[in-house]
Amino acid sequence: MIGRKWWVPWLWLMPAMALLSIYLIYPTLDTIRRSFFDERSRDWVGLDNYRTIIENPNPLINDTHSALLNNLIWIPVFTGVTVALGFIFALLASRVRYEAIAKSAIFMPMAISFVAASVIWRFMYEINPDIGTVNAVVTELGEKPVAWLQNTESPQYWLLETGPKQDIGPIQTNNLALILVGVWMWVGFAMVVLSAGLKGISTEILEAARVDGANEWQILWRIILPIVSPTIMVVATTLVILALKLFDLVFVMTGGRFDTDVVATLFYKQLFVQQNDGLGAALAVVLLVAVVPIMVISIRRFQFQEETR
Amino acid sequence: MAQRTVVEEAPAARPRAAGLTDSLRRLASRTPIHIALIVLIILWSVPTFALLVSSFREPGDIATSGWWNALTDWNFTTANYEKVLDQNGMGRAFFNSILITVPATALVILIAAFAAYAFAWMEFPGRNWLFLFFVALLVVPLQMTLIPVLKLYASTTIHTDVPFIGGNLWGTKSYTGIWLAHAAYGLPFAIYLLRNFFGSLPRDLFESAYLDGASDLRVFFRIVLPLSMPAIAALAIFQFLWTWNDLLVALVLLQDTNLGPMTLKISSLVTSFGTQYQLLTAAAFISMALPLFIFFALQRYFVQGILAGSVKG
Repeated sequence: MIGRKWWVPWLWLMPAMALLSIYLIYPTLDTIRRSFFDERSRDWVGLDNYRTIIENPNPLINDTHSALLNNLIWIPVFTGVTVALGFIFALLASRVRYEAIAKSAIFMPMAISFVAASVIWRFMYEINPDIGTVNAVVTELGEKPVAWLQNTESPQYWLLETGPKQDIGPIQTNNLALILVGVWMWVGFAMVVLSAGLKGISTEILEAARVDGANEWQILWRIILPIVSPTIMVVATTLVILALKLFDLVFVMTGGRFDTDVVATLFYKQLFVQQNDGLGAALAVVLLVAVVPIMVISIRRFQFQEETR
Repeated sequence: MAQRTVVEEAPAARPRAAGLTDSLRRLASRTPIHIALIVLIILWSVPTFALLVSSFREPGDIATSGWWNALTDWNFTTANYEKVLDQNGMGRAFFNSILITVPATALVILIAAFAAYAFAWMEFPGRNWLFLFFVALLVVPLQMTLIPVLKLYASTTIHTDVPFIGGNLWGTKSYTGIWLAHAAYGLPFAIYLLRNFFGSLPRDLFESAYLDGASDLRVFFRIVLPLSMPAIAALAIFQFLWTWNDLLVALVLLQDTNLGPMTLKISSLVTSFGTQYQLLTAAAFISMALPLFIFFALQRYFVQGILAGSVKG
């Protein structure tokens, strides 16, 4: 509108700016401040909280190393498996007539909460093979039932040499069991977005490649993957952020017991169990620092999209 | 030479109905795809199906035999649902979830639409930078914000009781507190989604309306909102599901178990009745019913929202 007063846009923006300031901007700054103070946010302690995270003086109560390591396991494994499976689903589903039904079935877990999914999978993982579906299959195959969520054969101990000495196993199976639940929920997301990317590939390019004698395998690696790789990046970024912030799933499935804590569940424990706001704030800042590179990449890409629009 | 025959024959062969050998051959080459896909679909559906079947079984049956036995030995009851709704407070929690989710969703759409209109169709200094800043807030972990917001709520609590819906007027035991929190956390995504949609509306429409002397409010309510219904529907579904499925925000900012949503109730049921699956399965399915209905009824908008939102990453 011509002749709009200068303050009119700000009036329209005001409710959003007020809410974002109160709930996101001010708290972020305040959390950074609190991370340099003691557990009651009274005395300045400098970098002590960060030192606690790095040195892990209390591995039995709050094992910061285990939490950090678990996030480091979650990010590549969860993201990698989800993207790969989502891509395979999208490829398979695009070749059949019942594509819509197939996609619905895979996609459906996305609608439910992490809490409901946790109940579903606690039931699936139940140790009694007469109740738990997974262990029923395992015993049917002639093996002993496994306590999927409790197995503490953990890599932390030999990597970091902290914590009680136990029998050392190569893989912490309970983490993988939790990651599988995350994959079950989010493969649908990867599939839907990647499938839209696949639909964008013109059939002419594929036909041309086939006429030139390329086999399906070459077409997949040389044509399809390069074309959808930006879409894969978008999906992967979303999943990495999700794996960083992950809370509900671990909180309900194991409560962080058996070395399954992630940074977000440890944060919650600091806040309400240990009553240590300083360490809690420092853990939150760790998460923020981890997303900053992703934020920068996203903004760059967004600016690029705007310019090329 | 061989190359040429292929090229020449292909167009002639295609329009004709495929012969029996052709279709058989195609079937054989497609069979691995069908088998792989169907196995995966079954694997993906079994967990939810197991929950649904178990929630209708007798408590004694659940504790002693697998859910797959119920497929051959029919013996179902709705007693688990009656018990969990009455005695375990899932009925109240269901209403709490609605009381939390509906206003929070409406709030975020309205506030985000105002901001998105300003970003899309008004000129002001710093417009692009401010928008970029809002989009950047999208990745800020919620955990960053919870301690200060909790302290803020605790220090500004207003203890007046609210009639009908319950809780205080403001603070850690109020619905107003959790509405505004959910609205604020949903805003970056909502503004991003709506601004892009508003921006793609044809410019002529706005110019002729402004020339006719229409005010911003009139353009907003008469042109922008009606034309943006697909985007708003997608956003509404997303915001609704996020709020409905949220645990962390309610866990931290709603310190009154009577006001808590279903996610909070189920999480405490898991802690106290970890292996009483007759209660847990029924409770989980009650909380899933509405999201699943929305998902199957409005899947088109759901997918559109995901595609529109994930462009940004």
